[in-house]
Amino acid sequence: MSKNNTIKKREPVLMQGNEAIARGALDAGVNFYAGYPITPSTEIAEIFSYELPRRGGKFIQMEDEIASISAIIGGSLAGAKTMTATSGPGFSLMLEGIGFAKMTETPCVVVNVMRGGPSTGLPTKPSQSDIMQARWGGHGDAPAIVLYPNSVMESYELSIRAVNLAEKYRTCVVLLSDEVLAHMRETVNLPDLSKIKIIDRIKPTIPPEWYKHFPENPKYPMPMASFGEGYRFHVTGLSHDEKGFPTNKAKEISRMMERFRKKIEYYIEDIVQIESFFMEDAKIAIFTAGITARAAKEAVMKARKRGIKVGLLRPLTIWPFPDGAVKKYLGDKKAIIVPELNEGQLSHELKRVMGGIWNYEIRKTKNIVELHKNSGELITPEEIFQTIREVK
Amino acid sequence: MPKISQKAIHKYLRHDKNFPHVWCSGCSNGIVLGATIRAIAELGYKKDNIAMVSGIGCSSRMPVYVDFNTLHTLHGRAIAFATGIKIVKPEMKVIVITGDGDATAIGGNHFIHGARRNIDMTVILINNNIYGMTGGQYSPTTPYGDRTTTTPYGNIDPTFDICDLAIGAGATFVARTTAFHAIEAQSFIKQAFEHKGFSLVEIISACPVIYGHLNKKGDASAMMKSMKENVILIEAFEKLSDEQKNGKQKRGIFVNKIRPEYIEEYDKLVRSLQDEKGGE
Ligand SMILES: Cc1ncc(C[n+]2csc(CCOP(=O)(O)OP(=O)(O)O)c2C)c(N)n1
Ligand code: SF4
Ligand SMILES: [Mg+2]
Repeated sequence: MSKNNTIKKREPVLMQGNEAIARGALDAGVNFYAGYPITPSTEIAEIFSYELPRRGGKFIQMEDEIASISAIIGGSLAGAKTMTATSGPGFSLMLEGIGFAKMTETPCVVVNVMRGGPSTGLPTKPSQSDIMQARWGGHGDAPAIVLYPNSVMESYELSIRAVNLAEKYRTCVVLLSDEVLAHMRETVNLPDLSKIKIIDRIKPTIPPEWYKHFPENPKYPMPMASFGEGYRFHVTGLSHDEKGFPTNKAKEISRMMERFRKKIEYYIEDIVQIESFFMEDAKIAIFTAGITARAAKEAVMKARKRGIKVGLLRPLTIWPFPDGAVKKYLGDKKAIIVPELNEGQLSHELKRVMGGIWNYEIRKTKNIVELHKNSGELITPEEIFQTIREVK
Repeated sequence: MPKISQKAIHKYLRHDKNFPHVWCSGCSNGIVLGATIRAIAELGYKKDNIAMVSGIGCSSRMPVYVDFNTLHTLHGRAIAFATGIKIVKPEMKVIVITGDGDATAIGGNHFIHGARRNIDMTVILINNNIYGMTGGQYSPTTPYGDRTTTTPYGNIDPTFDICDLAIGAGATFVARTTAFHAIEAQSFIKQAFEHKGFSLVEIISACPVIYGHLNKKGDASAMMKSMKENVILIEAFEKLSDEQKNGKQKRGIFVNKIRPEYIEEYDKLVRSLQDEKGGE
């Protein structure tokens, strides 16, 4: 990482994926970062350690990932916009804390730059095997917002979006990346700061006696007090009522759980982003995300040149899973190819959705073709192209 | 020491819906809560300015009862959460309430690193020698030979001396007292609050309902009496022969020193960068 990375003017620059994530977060207003180094995410911490003290922000390297997620939740409650970054093993350690952030509706962003697993696995190789961990890793029922870019520029944009969504919906948002995306360099043209939409926390204006940190029917974004501002609220990981006090009452607990679910379900249009590439007349579709979507795009172009009608549907929001878009775009396709760097995580979810529309177990004319790789290598455009030819 | 009236204490409690509290009768946790509130009242801290953070355990249930900015976190993680609050809002008075299991078993890592950083916060550690909340399993401070639900044949696991641990890790104010010595506890807590840096007050406490019961220690008052007799001032302790020291513990302020504090160091760094910028 070059030390001289304070961008003064907004002109085209060569940037690494990890750097773009840090830049995006800084532009979105992240002013507190706590983290623990792990390949392939470490550059993000390094950039924050350089930038934050210069901007009046705070950086700390904690003793482990559990401490890191804990510190950013504490920092967020004290009023900061917060982020931490890690990879699979560290993300596993953070899961209890991520659940706490969701339970206590405390905004924060966790970046997971995916590498091969399980365990120490392949620290310097890409993977997409935390797609399910990002959704189902923690205990308890808690919906997730998980974003996954596929370029350096998009890493920047989705980093801003992750911070905005965390603030708006008061939850922990996960930003996925992968080793290749994180370390590759591309020329990016960052927008002027004035052109970026930033969502800041709204401060309550009502008297403290009336303040409820967990109101029943919130509109998002909703006013949120911070510690030290006269509101003196209680925060606990126990099931709680509107004021944050522990409760065992079934009605209050159901209301709380419903709120967690609804704030994702009701606002799904706002949260879900999806790219459709040559899908209009496509007979065959590719469904994938992140780094693998780049190979898929190349394969689509190559196949199109040969007159094969194939398109790509790429979710930028992995969770909540874009059921609606999947049904709309993929319902009438003959086959869907799902290339991914794992043993079938996106395809598993796709089958859940398509099962209902296609009943594909019975209709042998329809087909989901899985293309897996878990060896630390990327899936190549050629491999996807060959698969397209096979299913055509 | 000025007397803080019972009425004054009420000013710091939450009267919403949190009482009656969850603690068993005879439990020392309430005494520690009282001593903590009295120390705060004496110092005249503003309620808005206090963040009380705890982990998980009977002891860690304390924050819900007090009218501060309160955060009941995850088992063992209170000091890490508190670190985030303190860094973001250094002007706040950050108090951590924790137990022997919370702070020195699952949270041992955060405990030693908080002390090492010397980040300005006060940790009040209620040491009842057991995992109270989960029904009485052995903790890193359960004495050798004692019965717990997971040491049915007696404990063979050596114990931590929590104050030694804190000193070794670099804490700059380290004190031990007991729930019996409530006024001394108030005084130590007050001194810890006024100290700049990582301060620890360990309060030997009674869990009569589980630990006391399993080890035939008698009722709450018998356990209090034992604290009075067996946890003695440093000077008195040092005069004892090795044999007499057996079964006794010393109490008092072990360390009270000044060492660069984390937030101050960070601010210094920020200022030096500003100077550097100014020169550009
Ligand atoms: C991650 C996790 N592991 C285990 C538990 C169960 N648990 C709750 S409290 C506790 C022990 C608390 O002991 P201590 O800190 O000494 O507090 P006390 O109840 O004695 O005051 C345990 C093991 C938990 N809540 N979370
Ligand atoms: S179980 Fe022990 S520590 Fe917990 S409230 Fe009862 S007496 Fe106190
Ligand atoms: Mg205990």
